[in-house]
Amino acid sequence: MKVKMEVDIGGLKLQNPVLTASGTFGSGQEYLPFIDLNRLGGVVVKGLTLLPKAGNPPPRLIETPSGLLNAIGLQNPGVDYFIENILPELTSYQTKFIVNISGNTPEEYGVLAQKLSVPGVAALEVNISCPNVKAGGLVFGTDPDLVAEVISVVKGHTNLPVIAKLSPNVTDIQEIARAAEEAGADAISLINTLLGMAIDVETRKPVLGNIVGGLSGPAIKPIALRMVWQVAQAVKIPIIGMGGIVSAQDALEFILAGANAIAIGTGNFINPRVTMEVIAGLEEYCQKTKTEDISHLVGLANPLKMR
Amino acid sequence: MKLQTLGQVIRHEELSSKVYYLVLKAPQIAKQATPGQFVQVKCSDTYQPLLRKPFSLHEIDKVDGRISLLYEVKGQGTKSLTKVRVDDYLDLIGPLGSGFSLPPRCRAILVGGGMGIAPLLPLAEKLKEQGQEFAAILGFNEVQKVYRLEAFQKLGQVIVTTLDGSLGEKGLVTQPLERELGSEKYNIIYACGPEAMLKNVSAIADSFGVECQVSLEAYMACGFGACLGCVCQTKELTGPTYSRVCTDGPVFNSREVIWHEG
Repeated sequence: MKVKMEVDIGGLKLQNPVLTASGTFGSGQEYLPFIDLNRLGGVVVKGLTLLPKAGNPPPRLIETPSGLLNAIGLQNPGVDYFIENILPELTSYQTKFIVNISGNTPEEYGVLAQKLSVPGVAALEVNISCPNVKAGGLVFGTDPDLVAEVISVVKGHTNLPVIAKLSPNVTDIQEIARAAEEAGADAISLINTLLGMAIDVETRKPVLGNIVGGLSGPAIKPIALRMVWQVAQAVKIPIIGMGGIVSAQDALEFILAGANAIAIGTGNFINPRVTMEVIAGLEEYCQKTKTEDISHLVGLANPLKMR
Repeated sequence: MKLQTLGQVIRHEELSSKVYYLVLKAPQIAKQATPGQFVQVKCSDTYQPLLRKPFSLHEIDKVDGRISLLYEVKGQGTKSLTKVRVDDYLDLIGPLGSGFSLPPRCRAILVGGGMGIAPLLPLAEKLKEQGQEFAAILGFNEVQKVYRLEAFQKLGQVIVTTLDGSLGEKGLVTQPLERELGSEKYNIIYACGPEAMLKNVSAIADSFGVECQVSLEAYMACGFGACLGCVCQTKELTGPTYSRVCTDGPVFNSREVIWHEG
């Protein structure tokens, strides 16, 4: 049986529902020694800002039980460098490249959206959830009015599908998701990392240079799954679910909770071939359960599915 | 090109308290590897630890397709690695990073502190193979914690230091280093060890006007340039910048590195 793996995420057509999470996959080229990029649903490129960003002082990483705390601080060469030097190298691949953007002001998000509305970019993921930078990022993602403002500015500057990437560091994720949907977001991706920290008992100081960082990895999966479930009840636009996915089974849980596509982040560090294994595993599950179209699984865990 | 592969354990033994020597059959990695490069090892099948751990290549045997690693038990990764037995397979990614560069006609002095001796052995082998003169200064804490000395002694002149004087010269590697450089026999230093040692070696190199390449250590997630987690601060024409230890390094020219205070 041939399984239909193609999904449509608010106008973004993917050959399968497996993406890579921004910040864990560079621009994709870092993984060329390990996988065929052409087989991915899509690559979400490391977050870009208007100007180059040096990032946070090290240490930027520390492992915690089943998780990873990071405080990279959006180190990136800036949007112009990306368009001139990196994007041209990506056009030879068949996979879709989704670019993640971060601004200090709503206007900056607009400029980024406009600059990136060029051939080779398949969609924009609006980062309103980075916990590791002072301005922008999380500041926008925790206030429904600011979420709406940023999303509508971005929508006004591009014809590309716009994905709002939400932070889990909020009291009411449904309220934020609704604000993004009402402002015109074509899809929602969640979750970004959870704010956390670690302390070195020898030095009696925080481990990370930035003091606090974002927690990712299998440790956060139950929280991410719960939030995808909640957002699936709150909005009608498609959802890209992520947070601790390291296997096809994890990916299926997110799909059954209501995600139309999934993204893998930290899992790529441990097993750079994990995306390929998850794609194969999803297809195998569909065959085994006689599911002709993977989209038929979306939200099935909810007996009162209204979507 | 770097790759993900399984390496079969050929030999695994404890050399001194908590210090292990691990030989793996990994022909594809051995074939491509150069001194100063490293591998990312999956130390456990569980999420504890979650990440792979980076280890310098300690031997690169291209003929037999073998590599070896030297490690000290420090955290969960190295602790679970000790349980690996001969004939087991380990999931490896490598060879990673940019290693030592060897200018023609170099008269090298190798400086290693503790575990930092690991990447210097394949370098010593390479220098000997190319018929280039070298000496090695290897520093340890005490005689009970001296390891792999014979492997270096087979290849060339070795000066040993211990902090307590229980073997070789008493004190730090920097004392014999200054003395040897005074002889004006050497034109390049290759160093690996604790950051405080590297900082001092780098200052000595500057005062003698000798080139110095240092191999840095950093906490890493991916090991191949994607996560930007392992950066160190380096000097660029445009000012200080963060460079990835995993791909821009782990070997840097010491003049590029901005060392921490204290």
